[in-house]
Amino acid sequence: MRQEKLTVATNEKVAESAYFMRLSGNCRGIEGAGQFIDIKLDRYFLRRPISIYDFGDDFVDILYKTVGGGTFAMSDLKPGEVLDVLLPLGNGFDLNKRGEKTLLVGGGIGMPPMYLAAKGLSSMGVTPQVVIGFNSSDDMLPMDRFQALGIEPVITTVDGSYGTKGFVTDAMKDMDYDYVYCCGPSPMLKAVFAQAPDGQFSFEERMGCGFGACMGCSIETKDGYKRVCADGPVFFKDQIIIG
Amino acid sequence: MEKDNKNLIENGSASQAGGLDLSVELAGVKLDNPVIPASGTFGYGQEFAKLYDLNILGSISFKGTTKDPRYGNPLPRIAECEGGILNAVGLQNPGVDHVIEHELPELRKIFHKPLVANISGFSIDDYTYACEKIDKEDQIGIIEVNISCPNVHGGGMAFGTDPASAAAVTKAVKSVTSKPVFIKLTPNVTDIVSIAKACEDAGADGLSLINTLLGMRIDTRARRPLLANKTGGFSGPAVFPVAVRMVYQVASACRVPIIGMGGIATADDVIEMMMAGASAVEVGTANVVEPYACKNIVEDLPRAMERLGITKLRDITGAALDM
Repeated sequence: MRQEKLTVATNEKVAESAYFMRLSGNCRGIEGAGQFIDIKLDRYFLRRPISIYDFGDDFVDILYKTVGGGTFAMSDLKPGEVLDVLLPLGNGFDLNKRGEKTLLVGGGIGMPPMYLAAKGLSSMGVTPQVVIGFNSSDDMLPMDRFQALGIEPVITTVDGSYGTKGFVTDAMKDMDYDYVYCCGPSPMLKAVFAQAPDGQFSFEERMGCGFGACMGCSIETKDGYKRVCADGPVFFKDQIIIG
Repeated sequence: MEKDNKNLIENGSASQAGGLDLSVELAGVKLDNPVIPASGTFGYGQEFAKLYDLNILGSISFKGTTKDPRYGNPLPRIAECEGGILNAVGLQNPGVDHVIEHELPELRKIFHKPLVANISGFSIDDYTYACEKIDKEDQIGIIEVNISCPNVHGGGMAFGTDPASAAAVTKAVKSVTSKPVFIKLTPNVTDIVSIAKACEDAGADGLSLINTLLGMRIDTRARRPLLANKTGGFSGPAVFPVAVRMVYQVASACRVPIIGMGGIATADDVIEMMMAGASAVEVGTANVVEPYACKNIVEDLPRAMERLGITKLRDITGAALDM
Protein backbone atom coordinates (compact mmCIF):
# COMPACT_ATOMS: atom_id res chain seq x y z
CA MET A 1 0.00 0.00 0.00
CA ARG A 2 1.15 3.49 -0.75
CA GLN A 3 -0.26 6.98 -1.00
CA GLU A 4 -0.55 8.63 -4.40
CA LYS A 5 -1.93 11.85 -5.82
CA LEU A 6 -4.08 10.78 -8.76
CA THR A 7 -5.75 13.09 -11.26
CA VAL A 8 -9.35 12.66 -12.38
CA ALA A 9 -9.13 12.00 -16.13
CA THR A 10 -12.75 10.97 -16.74
CA ASN A 11 -15.83 11.03 -14.52
CA GLU A 12 -19.05 10.27 -16.36
CA LYS A 13 -22.47 8.84 -15.66
CA VAL A 14 -22.94 5.38 -17.13
CA ALA A 15 -26.24 4.28 -15.58
CA GLU A 16 -28.84 5.44 -13.09
CA SER A 17 -26.73 6.30 -9.98
CA ALA A 18 -23.53 4.85 -11.47
CA TYR A 19 -20.39 6.59 -12.67
CA PHE A 20 -17.19 5.63 -14.44
CA MET A 21 -14.01 7.34 -13.30
CA ARG A 22 -10.49 7.06 -14.63
CA LEU A 23 -7.73 8.29 -12.34
CA SER A 24 -4.29 8.99 -13.82
CA GLY A 25 -0.96 8.79 -12.05
CA ASN A 26 1.39 6.18 -10.68
CA CYS A 27 -0.76 3.06 -10.33
CA ARG A 28 2.02 0.47 -10.42
CA GLY A 29 1.72 -2.50 -8.13
CA ILE A 30 -1.95 -3.31 -8.55
CA GLU A 31 -2.27 -7.08 -8.87
CA GLY A 32 -5.82 -7.59 -10.05
CA ALA A 33 -9.47 -8.38 -9.49
CA GLY A 34 -10.86 -7.87 -6.00
CA GLN A 35 -8.35 -5.24 -4.92
CA PHE A 36 -9.54 -1.73 -4.13
CA ILE A 37 -8.39 1.84 -3.71
CA ASP A 38 -9.25 4.19 -0.82
CA ILE A 39 -10.08 7.76 -1.84
CA LYS A 40 -9.93 10.86 0.40
CA LEU A 41 -12.64 13.42 -0.37
CA ASP A 42 -12.86 16.99 0.85
CA ARG A 43 -15.29 17.35 3.78
CA TYR A 44 -15.59 13.60 4.35
CA PHE A 45 -13.50 12.28 7.20
CA LEU A 46 -13.13 8.66 6.17
CA ARG A 47 -11.78 7.55 2.85
CA ARG A 48 -14.07 5.78 0.34
CA PRO A 49 -13.00 2.24 -0.54
CA ILE A 50 -13.85 1.48 -4.21
CA SER A 51 -13.18 -1.72 -6.18
CA ILE A 52 -10.76 -1.59 -9.08
CA TYR A 53 -12.47 -2.02 -12.47
CA ASP A 54 -9.32 -1.93 -14.59
CA PHE A 55 -5.77 -0.66 -14.30
CA GLY A 56 -2.47 -0.01 -15.99
CA ASP A 57 0.86 1.37 -14.80
CA ASP A 58 -0.43 4.93 -15.11
CA PHE A 59 -4.18 4.68 -14.53
CA VAL A 60 -6.89 3.01 -12.50
CA ASP A 61 -10.54 2.76 -13.57
CA ILE A 62 -13.43 2.50 -11.15
CA LEU A 63 -17.19 2.19 -11.44
CA TYR A 64 -19.05 3.51 -8.43
CA LYS A 65 -22.63 3.91 -7.32
CA THR A 66 -23.90 7.09 -5.68
CA VAL A 67 -25.37 5.87 -2.40
CA GLY A 68 -24.53 8.63 0.06
CA GLY A 69 -22.91 12.03 0.49
CA GLY A 70 -19.40 10.81 -0.22
CA THR A 71 -20.13 9.11 -3.50
CA PHE A 72 -22.39 12.00 -4.56
CA ALA A 73 -19.43 14.30 -3.92
CA MET A 74 -17.32 12.00 -6.08
CA SER A 75 -19.82 12.32 -8.92
CA ASP A 76 -19.24 16.10 -8.90
CA LEU A 77 -15.48 15.81 -9.37
CA LYS A 78 -14.19 17.35 -12.58
CA PRO A 79 -11.35 16.17 -14.81
CA GLY A 80 -8.09 17.71 -13.60
CA GLU A 81 -8.97 17.50 -9.90
CA VAL A 82 -6.34 15.72 -7.82
CA LEU A 83 -7.25 13.09 -5.23
CA ASP A 84 -5.31 11.58 -2.34
CA VAL A 85 -5.57 7.83 -2.84
CA LEU A 86 -4.23 4.77 -1.01
CA LEU A 87 -3.46 1.84 -3.30
CA PRO A 88 -3.35 -1.03 -3.91
CA LEU A 89 -5.40 -2.44 -1.05
CA GLY A 90 -6.73 -5.88 -0.22
CA ASN A 91 -6.11 -9.39 -1.44
CA GLY A 92 -8.00 -10.13 -4.63
CA PHE A 93 -9.19 -13.26 -6.41
CA ASP A 94 -6.60 -15.99 -6.82
CA LEU A 95 -7.03 -16.76 -10.51
CA ASN A 96 -4.80 -19.81 -10.22
CA LYS A 97 -7.49 -21.38 -8.07
CA ARG A 98 -10.46 -22.07 -10.32
CA GLY A 99 -12.53 -24.91 -11.67
CA GLU A 100 -12.84 -26.67 -15.00
CA LYS A 101 -15.92 -24.52 -15.57
CA THR A 102 -15.58 -21.29 -13.65
CA LEU A 103 -18.56 -18.99 -13.26
CA LEU A 104 -18.25 -15.32 -12.40
CA VAL A 105 -21.24 -13.87 -10.53
CA GLY A 106 -21.60 -10.14 -9.96
CA GLY A 107 -24.41 -8.18 -8.38
CA GLY A 108 -24.90 -4.52 -9.25
CA ILE A 109 -21.80 -2.52 -8.44
CA GLY A 110 -20.12 -5.86 -7.64
CA MET A 111 -19.64 -6.20 -11.39
CA PRO A 112 -16.27 -4.37 -11.81
CA PRO A 113 -14.14 -6.99 -9.99
CA MET A 114 -15.87 -9.68 -12.07
CA TYR A 115 -14.86 -7.89 -15.26
CA LEU A 116 -11.27 -7.68 -14.03
CA ALA A 117 -11.32 -11.39 -13.10
CA ALA A 118 -12.68 -12.20 -16.59
CA LYS A 119 -9.89 -10.15 -18.14
CA GLY A 120 -7.28 -11.91 -16.02
CA LEU A 121 -8.64 -15.35 -16.86
CA SER A 122 -8.83 -14.46 -20.56
CA SER A 123 -5.16 -13.54 -20.55
CA MET A 124 -4.50 -17.02 -19.15
CA GLY A 125 -6.45 -18.56 -22.02
CA VAL A 126 -9.50 -19.33 -19.89
CA THR A 127 -12.93 -18.11 -20.92
CA PRO A 128 -15.28 -17.97 -17.91
CA GLN A 129 -19.06 -17.84 -17.90
CA VAL A 130 -20.46 -14.64 -16.42
CA VAL A 131 -23.77 -13.77 -14.74
CA ILE A 132 -24.45 -10.22 -13.66
CA GLY A 133 -27.60 -9.23 -11.79
CA PHE A 134 -29.28 -5.83 -11.51
CA ASN A 135 -32.51 -4.60 -9.99
CA SER A 136 -33.71 -3.17 -13.29
CA SER A 137 -32.46 -2.14 -16.71
CA ASP A 138 -31.99 1.41 -15.36
CA ASP A 139 -29.21 0.14 -13.08
CA MET A 140 -27.51 -1.85 -15.80
CA LEU A 141 -23.83 -1.16 -16.14
CA PRO A 142 -22.07 -1.19 -19.52
CA MET A 143 -21.06 -4.67 -20.68
CA ASP A 144 -18.82 -3.49 -23.53
CA ARG A 145 -15.59 -4.49 -21.79
CA PHE A 146 -16.83 -8.06 -21.32
CA GLN A 147 -17.87 -8.09 -24.98
CA ALA A 148 -14.40 -6.92 -26.00
CA LEU A 149 -13.11 -10.09 -24.32
CA GLY A 150 -15.57 -12.13 -26.39
CA ILE A 151 -17.77 -12.78 -23.35
CA GLU A 152 -21.52 -12.15 -23.41
CA PRO A 153 -22.64 -12.03 -19.78
CA VAL A 154 -26.01 -13.47 -18.81
CA ILE A 155 -27.96 -10.53 -17.38
CA THR A 156 -30.69 -10.86 -14.78
CA THR A 157 -32.99 -8.12 -13.54
CA VAL A 158 -35.26 -8.44 -10.56
CA ASP A 159 -38.09 -6.61 -12.35
CA GLY A 160 -37.57 -8.45 -15.62
CA SER A 161 -36.94 -5.23 -17.56
CA TYR A 162 -33.86 -6.78 -19.18
CA GLY A 163 -32.52 -10.32 -19.60
CA THR A 164 -33.63 -13.11 -17.32
CA LYS A 165 -36.24 -12.07 -14.78
CA GLY A 166 -35.18 -12.80 -11.23
CA PHE A 167 -31.95 -13.11 -9.31
CA VAL A 168 -28.52 -14.31 -10.40
CA THR A 169 -29.26 -17.58 -8.63
CA ASP A 170 -32.25 -18.11 -10.97
CA ALA A 171 -29.94 -17.89 -13.98
CA MET A 172 -27.36 -20.11 -12.27
CA LYS A 173 -29.89 -22.99 -12.11
CA ASP A 174 -29.55 -23.53 -15.87
CA MET A 175 -25.75 -23.24 -15.94
CA ASP A 176 -23.03 -25.85 -15.73
CA TYR A 177 -20.19 -24.77 -13.42
CA ASP A 178 -17.96 -26.19 -10.72
CA TYR A 179 -16.35 -23.06 -9.26
CA VAL A 180 -17.59 -19.52 -8.60
CA TYR A 181 -16.03 -16.09 -8.21
CA CYS A 182 -18.57 -13.80 -6.61
CA CYS A 183 -18.87 -10.13 -5.71
CA GLY A 184 -22.10 -8.39 -4.76
CA PRO A 185 -24.37 -7.31 -1.94
CA SER A 186 -24.50 -9.56 1.09
CA PRO A 187 -27.94 -11.20 0.46
CA MET A 188 -26.75 -12.18 -3.03
CA LEU A 189 -23.43 -13.40 -1.67
CA LYS A 190 -25.25 -15.65 0.78
CA ALA A 191 -27.56 -17.06 -1.90
CA VAL A 192 -24.70 -17.76 -4.30
CA PHE A 193 -22.61 -19.21 -1.48
CA ALA A 194 -25.41 -21.70 -0.77
CA GLN A 195 -25.47 -22.91 -4.41
CA ALA A 196 -21.76 -22.84 -5.26
CA PRO A 197 -19.84 -26.11 -4.97
CA ASP A 198 -16.62 -24.15 -4.42
CA GLY A 199 -15.26 -20.69 -5.04
CA GLN A 200 -14.04 -17.31 -3.87
CA PHE A 201 -16.24 -14.57 -2.45
CA SER A 202 -15.54 -10.87 -2.09
CA PHE A 203 -16.96 -9.29 1.07
CA GLU A 204 -18.14 -5.76 1.53
CA GLU A 205 -18.21 -4.13 4.98
CA ARG A 206 -18.06 -0.62 6.35
CA MET A 207 -14.38 0.08 6.81
CA GLY A 208 -12.41 2.49 8.94
CA CYS A 209 -8.85 2.68 7.68
CA GLY A 210 -8.97 0.22 4.77
CA PHE A 211 -5.44 -1.08 5.45
CA GLY A 212 -5.72 -3.32 8.50
CA ALA A 213 -5.06 -1.00 11.43
CA CYS A 214 -8.40 -0.27 13.08
CA MET A 215 -10.18 -3.66 13.22
CA GLY A 216 -13.36 -1.93 12.03
CA CYS A 217 -14.27 -4.61 9.47
CA SER A 218 -13.30 -7.93 11.09
CA ILE A 219 -15.38 -11.00 10.31
CA GLU A 220 -15.28 -14.46 11.80
CA THR A 221 -13.88 -17.15 9.51
CA LYS A 222 -12.96 -20.80 10.01
CA ASP A 223 -9.34 -19.57 10.22
CA GLY A 224 -10.20 -17.10 12.99
CA TYR A 225 -11.04 -13.43 12.82
CA LYS A 226 -10.02 -11.75 9.56
CA ARG A 227 -9.98 -8.13 8.48
CA VAL A 228 -12.07 -7.73 5.32
CA CYS A 229 -9.83 -4.84 4.18
CA ALA A 230 -6.41 -6.39 4.73
CA ASP A 231 -6.90 -10.18 4.93
CA GLY A 232 -9.72 -10.06 2.32
CA PRO A 233 -11.87 -8.75 0.83
CA VAL A 234 -11.78 -12.08 -1.07
CA PHE A 235 -12.08 -15.26 0.95
CA PHE A 236 -12.22 -18.92 -0.09
CA LYS A 237 -15.46 -20.83 0.34
CA ASP A 238 -13.93 -23.25 2.82
CA GLN A 239 -12.84 -20.33 5.06
CA ILE A 240 -16.18 -18.60 5.14
CA ILE A 241 -18.80 -18.77 7.88
CA ILE A 242 -22.10 -17.39 6.60
CA GLY A 243 -24.08 -16.10 9.57
CA MET B 1 17.94 23.92 8.12
CA GLU B 2 14.68 22.23 7.41
CA LYS B 3 16.47 19.59 5.44
CA ASP B 4 18.91 19.03 8.29
CA ASN B 5 16.03 18.54 10.71
CA LYS B 6 14.45 16.02 8.44
CA ASN B 7 17.67 14.07 8.01
CA LEU B 8 18.24 13.89 11.73
CA ILE B 9 14.74 12.68 12.31
CA GLU B 10 14.94 10.11 9.58
CA ASN B 11 18.14 8.79 11.12
CA GLY B 12 16.03 7.80 14.07
CA SER B 13 17.92 9.30 17.00
CA ALA B 14 16.46 12.68 16.47
CA SER B 15 15.64 14.04 19.88
CA GLN B 16 17.88 16.97 18.95
CA ALA B 17 17.17 18.50 15.59
CA GLY B 18 18.98 21.63 14.49
CA GLY B 19 19.58 22.79 18.07
CA LEU B 20 15.99 22.00 19.00
CA ASP B 21 15.33 19.47 21.74
CA LEU B 22 12.22 17.37 21.18
CA SER B 23 12.85 14.87 23.95
CA VAL B 24 10.38 14.40 26.77
CA GLU B 25 10.10 12.22 29.84
CA LEU B 26 7.21 10.17 31.21
CA ALA B 27 7.69 8.91 34.78
CA GLY B 28 11.37 8.22 34.19
CA VAL B 29 10.96 6.85 30.66
CA LYS B 30 12.77 9.07 28.16
CA LEU B 31 11.23 9.55 24.71
CA ASP B 32 13.06 11.11 21.73
CA ASN B 33 9.90 13.08 20.99
CA PRO B 34 6.38 13.25 22.43
CA VAL B 35 4.57 11.55 19.51
CA ILE B 36 2.99 8.17 20.31
CA PRO B 37 0.43 6.46 18.06
CA ALA B 38 -2.65 5.81 20.17
CA SER B 39 -3.90 2.38 21.06
CA GLY B 40 -6.48 0.94 18.70
CA THR B 41 -5.45 2.94 15.65
CA PHE B 42 -2.03 1.42 15.07
CA GLY B 43 -2.51 -2.33 15.63
CA TYR B 44 0.79 -3.82 16.73
CA GLY B 45 2.66 -1.55 14.31
CA GLN B 46 3.06 -3.95 11.41
CA GLU B 47 0.82 -2.17 8.88
CA PHE B 48 2.65 1.12 9.42
CA ALA B 49 6.14 -0.41 9.45
CA LYS B 50 5.58 -1.12 5.74
CA LEU B 51 5.19 2.64 5.20
CA TYR B 52 7.91 4.24 7.34
CA ASP B 53 10.60 3.55 9.95
CA LEU B 54 8.65 3.45 13.21
CA ASN B 55 11.78 4.39 15.16
CA ILE B 56 11.13 8.05 14.37
CA LEU B 57 8.26 7.83 16.91
CA GLY B 58 8.55 8.58 20.62
CA SER B 59 6.88 5.29 21.46
CA ILE B 60 3.91 3.16 20.34
CA SER B 61 0.81 2.41 22.41
CA PHE B 62 -0.24 -0.92 20.99
CA LYS B 63 -3.73 -2.33 20.45
CA GLY B 64 -5.72 -2.63 23.67
CA THR B 65 -4.94 -6.06 25.05
CA THR B 66 -7.02 -8.17 27.42
CA LYS B 67 -6.49 -11.34 29.44
CA ASP B 68 -8.47 -13.47 26.97
CA PRO B 69 -8.77 -13.16 23.18
CA ARG B 70 -11.76 -11.08 22.08
CA TYR B 71 -13.59 -10.76 18.78
CA GLY B 72 -15.30 -7.55 19.82
CA ASN B 73 -18.63 -6.18 18.64
CA PRO B 74 -20.74 -7.15 15.61
CA LEU B 75 -20.47 -5.13 12.37
CA PRO B 76 -20.91 -2.35 11.44
CA ARG B 77 -18.39 -1.04 13.92
CA ILE B 78 -17.46 2.22 12.23
CA ALA B 79 -19.50 5.32 11.46
CA GLU B 80 -18.47 8.71 10.20
CA CYS B 81 -19.34 12.24 11.23
CA GLU B 82 -18.17 15.78 10.64
CA GLY B 83 -14.58 15.96 11.82
CA GLY B 84 -14.32 12.44 13.12
CA ILE B 85 -15.58 8.90 13.46
CA LEU B 86 -17.44 6.68 15.85
CA ASN B 87 -16.08 3.23 16.56
CA ALA B 88 -17.51 0.28 18.40
CA VAL B 89 -14.75 -2.23 17.70
CA GLY B 90 -15.10 -3.60 21.22
CA LEU B 91 -11.46 -4.36 22.03
CA GLN B 92 -10.83 -7.03 19.42
CA ASN B 93 -7.44 -8.50 20.32
CA PRO B 94 -5.73 -11.90 20.44
CA GLY B 95 -5.21 -11.89 24.23
CA VAL B 96 -2.14 -11.05 26.29
CA ASP B 97 -0.45 -14.46 26.01
CA HIS B 98 -0.60 -14.36 22.22
CA VAL B 99 0.62 -10.76 22.23
CA ILE B 100 3.66 -11.72 24.32
CA GLU B 101 4.37 -14.82 22.28
CA HIS B 102 3.82 -13.41 18.78
CA GLU B 103 3.26 -9.65 18.56
CA LEU B 104 6.09 -8.48 20.84
CA PRO B 105 8.80 -10.51 19.05
CA GLU B 106 7.53 -9.14 15.72
CA LEU B 107 7.48 -5.61 17.14
CA ARG B 108 11.04 -6.03 18.41
CA LYS B 109 12.21 -6.44 14.81
CA ILE B 110 10.78 -3.10 13.72
CA PHE B 111 10.78 -0.89 16.83
CA HIS B 112 13.71 -0.49 19.19
CA LYS B 113 12.39 1.78 21.94
CA PRO B 114 10.27 1.19 25.04
CA LEU B 115 6.64 0.48 24.18
CA VAL B 116 3.43 1.56 25.86
CA ALA B 117 1.38 -1.57 26.65
CA ASN B 118 -2.33 -0.71 26.61
CA ILE B 119 -4.22 -3.11 28.87
CA SER B 120 -7.98 -3.46 29.31
CA GLY B 121 -10.08 -5.67 31.50
CA PHE B 122 -13.50 -6.52 32.82
CA SER B 123 -12.54 -7.39 36.38
CA ILE B 124 -9.66 -6.52 38.71
CA ASP B 125 -8.31 -10.02 38.12
CA ASP B 126 -8.29 -9.45 34.35
CA TYR B 127 -6.14 -6.35 34.81
CA THR B 128 -3.70 -7.92 37.24
CA TYR B 129 -3.35 -11.08 35.13
CA ALA B 130 -2.42 -9.11 32.02
CA CYS B 131 -0.24 -6.56 33.81
CA GLU B 132 1.69 -9.21 35.71
CA LYS B 133 2.54 -10.90 32.40
CA ILE B 134 3.41 -7.63 30.68
CA ASP B 135 5.61 -6.62 33.66
CA LYS B 136 8.09 -9.35 32.71
CA GLU B 137 8.58 -8.02 29.16
CA ASP B 138 11.67 -5.84 28.73
CA GLN B 139 10.22 -4.16 25.61
CA ILE B 140 7.55 -2.47 27.67
CA GLY B 141 8.38 0.94 29.14
CA ILE B 142 4.96 1.99 30.37
CA ILE B 143 1.72 0.17 31.13
CA GLU B 144 -1.31 2.20 30.09
CA VAL B 145 -4.40 0.87 31.82
CA ASN B 146 -7.61 1.51 29.94
CA ILE B 147 -10.44 1.89 32.42
CA SER B 148 -12.53 3.87 29.97
CA CYS B 149 -13.45 2.02 26.80
CA PRO B 150 -17.11 2.94 26.26
CA ASN B 151 -17.86 0.05 23.93
CA VAL B 152 -17.80 -2.90 26.23
CA HIS B 153 -20.78 -3.94 28.28
CA GLY B 154 -20.50 -5.04 31.83
CA GLY B 155 -17.48 -3.45 33.42
CA GLY B 156 -15.16 -1.39 31.25
CA MET B 157 -17.23 1.71 31.72
CA ALA B 158 -17.80 1.30 35.43
CA PHE B 159 -14.14 1.37 36.48
CA GLY B 160 -13.49 4.70 34.83
CA THR B 161 -16.64 6.47 35.94
CA ASP B 162 -16.30 5.95 39.67
CA PRO B 163 -13.34 7.28 41.70
CA ALA B 164 -13.33 4.29 44.08
CA SER B 165 -13.31 1.73 41.24
CA ALA B 166 -10.65 3.66 39.35
CA ALA B 167 -8.51 3.72 42.49
CA ALA B 168 -9.06 0.01 43.08
CA VAL B 169 -7.79 -0.89 39.59
CA THR B 170 -4.81 1.43 40.02
CA LYS B 171 -3.83 -0.11 43.35
CA ALA B 172 -4.25 -3.65 42.06
CA VAL B 173 -2.15 -3.04 38.95
CA LYS B 174 0.55 -1.18 40.88
CA SER B 175 0.89 -4.18 43.20
CA VAL B 176 1.86 -6.51 40.33
CA THR B 177 4.27 -4.36 38.35
CA SER B 178 7.30 -2.19 38.88
CA LYS B 179 6.82 -0.47 35.52
CA PRO B 180 5.27 3.01 35.43
CA VAL B 181 1.47 2.75 35.31
CA PHE B 182 -0.57 5.36 33.41
CA ILE B 183 -4.32 5.17 33.91
CA LYS B 184 -6.28 6.04 30.76
CA LEU B 185 -9.37 8.05 31.67
CA THR B 186 -12.77 8.30 30.05
CA PRO B 187 -14.22 11.75 29.30
CA ASN B 188 -17.74 10.41 29.83
CA VAL B 189 -17.93 11.54 33.44
CA THR B 190 -19.29 14.53 35.33
CA ASP B 191 -15.98 15.40 36.98
CA ILE B 192 -12.84 13.98 35.42
CA VAL B 193 -10.65 15.69 38.02
CA SER B 194 -12.09 13.59 40.86
CA ILE B 195 -11.31 10.38 38.95
CA ALA B 196 -7.82 11.62 38.05
CA LYS B 197 -7.06 12.51 41.67
CA ALA B 198 -8.35 9.15 42.89
CA CYS B 199 -5.94 7.40 40.51
CA GLU B 200 -3.04 9.65 41.51
CA ASP B 201 -3.73 9.06 45.20
CA ALA B 202 -3.88 5.29 44.54
CA GLY B 203 -0.35 5.40 43.15
CA ALA B 204 -0.72 6.01 39.41
CA ASP B 205 2.58 7.16 37.90
CA GLY B 206 0.73 9.08 35.21
CA LEU B 207 -2.57 9.64 33.44
CA SER B 208 -3.64 9.26 29.79
CA LEU B 209 -6.61 11.25 28.54
CA ILE B 210 -9.01 11.40 26.88
CA ASN B 211 -10.53 8.20 25.58
CA THR B 212 -13.42 8.51 23.13
CA LEU B 213 -16.66 10.37 23.82
CA LEU B 214 -19.80 8.27 23.78
CA GLY B 215 -21.79 8.97 20.61
CA MET B 216 -24.41 7.64 18.21
CA ARG B 217 -25.43 7.97 14.56
CA ILE B 218 -28.77 6.94 13.06
CA ASP B 219 -29.15 5.30 9.66
CA THR B 220 -32.02 7.48 8.45
CA ARG B 221 -33.07 5.02 5.73
CA ALA B 222 -33.25 2.10 8.14
CA ARG B 223 -34.42 4.29 11.05
CA ARG B 224 -32.03 2.45 13.33
CA PRO B 225 -28.69 3.25 14.98
CA LEU B 226 -25.96 2.89 12.39
CA LEU B 227 -23.60 0.94 14.62
CA ALA B 228 -24.61 -2.62 15.51
CA ASN B 229 -23.56 -1.76 19.07
CA LYS B 230 -25.88 1.28 18.84
CA THR B 231 -23.35 3.57 20.57
CA GLY B 232 -19.70 4.11 19.76
CA GLY B 233 -16.68 6.11 20.79
CA PHE B 234 -16.46 9.49 19.04
CA SER B 235 -12.94 10.61 18.14
CA GLY B 236 -11.10 12.78 15.65
CA PRO B 237 -10.29 16.48 15.26
CA ALA B 238 -13.79 17.47 16.41
CA VAL B 239 -13.06 16.33 19.99
CA PHE B 240 -9.74 18.18 20.29
CA PRO B 241 -11.07 21.16 22.30
CA VAL B 242 -12.75 18.80 24.77
CA ALA B 243 -9.47 16.94 25.21
CA VAL B 244 -7.47 20.15 25.69
CA ARG B 245 -9.96 21.34 28.32
CA MET B 246 -9.81 18.06 30.25
CA VAL B 247 -6.02 17.81 30.12
CA TYR B 248 -5.84 21.40 31.37
CA GLN B 249 -8.24 20.66 34.25
CA VAL B 250 -6.43 17.49 35.28
CA ALA B 251 -2.98 19.08 34.94
CA SER B 252 -4.18 21.91 37.20
CA ALA B 253 -5.14 19.44 39.91
CA CYS B 254 -2.59 16.59 39.63
CA ARG B 255 1.22 16.38 39.78
CA VAL B 256 1.77 13.17 37.78
CA PRO B 257 2.69 13.41 34.08
CA ILE B 258 -0.08 13.30 31.47
CA ILE B 259 -0.20 11.74 28.04
CA GLY B 260 -2.67 14.00 26.22
CA MET B 261 -4.81 12.71 23.37
CA GLY B 262 -8.06 13.38 21.56
CA GLY B 263 -8.19 14.64 17.99
CA ILE B 264 -4.51 15.48 17.57
CA ALA B 265 -3.71 15.68 13.86
CA THR B 266 -0.92 18.26 13.47
CA ALA B 267 2.32 19.42 15.09
CA ASP B 268 0.50 22.56 16.27
CA ASP B 269 -2.05 20.34 18.02
CA VAL B 270 0.83 18.59 19.82
CA ILE B 271 2.19 21.89 21.10
CA GLU B 272 -1.26 23.09 22.17
CA MET B 273 -1.92 19.84 24.05
CA MET B 274 1.45 20.07 25.78
CA MET B 275 0.81 23.68 26.79
CA ALA B 276 -2.47 22.45 28.34
CA GLY B 277 -0.41 20.16 30.57
CA ALA B 278 0.58 17.04 28.61
CA SER B 279 4.16 15.73 28.80
CA ALA B 280 3.62 13.61 25.68
CA VAL B 281 0.75 12.97 23.29
CA GLU B 282 -0.97 10.14 21.51
CA VAL B 283 -2.20 10.46 17.94
CA GLY B 284 -5.13 8.18 17.19
CA THR B 285 -7.86 8.69 14.64
CA ALA B 286 -5.56 10.67 12.33
CA ASN B 287 -3.71 7.40 11.57
CA VAL B 288 -6.92 5.86 10.26
CA VAL B 289 -7.34 8.34 7.41
CA GLU B 290 -3.74 9.51 6.98
CA PRO B 291 -1.40 6.55 7.43
CA TYR B 292 1.60 8.90 7.53
CA ALA B 293 0.02 11.17 10.18
CA CYS B 294 2.53 10.44 12.95
CA LYS B 295 5.51 10.68 10.60
CA ASN B 296 4.25 14.01 9.27
CA ILE B 297 3.76 15.35 12.79
CA VAL B 298 7.26 14.31 13.93
CA GLU B 299 8.75 15.94 10.83
CA ASP B 300 6.67 19.12 11.23
CA LEU B 301 7.41 19.60 14.95
CA PRO B 302 10.81 21.36 14.55
CA ARG B 303 9.26 23.94 12.20
CA ALA B 304 6.31 24.52 14.53
CA MET B 305 8.72 24.92 17.48
CA GLU B 306 10.89 27.43 15.63
CA ARG B 307 7.87 29.46 14.67
CA LEU B 308 6.83 29.68 18.33
CA GLY B 309 10.34 30.24 19.67
CA ILE B 310 10.46 26.89 21.48
CA THR B 311 13.88 25.27 21.81
CA LYS B 312 13.13 22.60 24.43
CA LEU B 313 9.79 20.97 23.80
CA ARG B 314 9.47 19.58 27.34
CA ASP B 315 9.63 23.12 28.73
CA ILE B 316 6.21 23.96 27.34
CA THR B 317 4.33 21.29 29.31
CA GLY B 318 1.67 23.15 31.29
CA ALA B 319 2.76 26.54 29.93
CA ALA B 320 -0.88 27.60 29.70
CA LEU B 321 -1.70 26.72 33.31
CA ASP B 322 -2.24 29.38 35.98
CA MET B 323 0.74 29.14 38.29
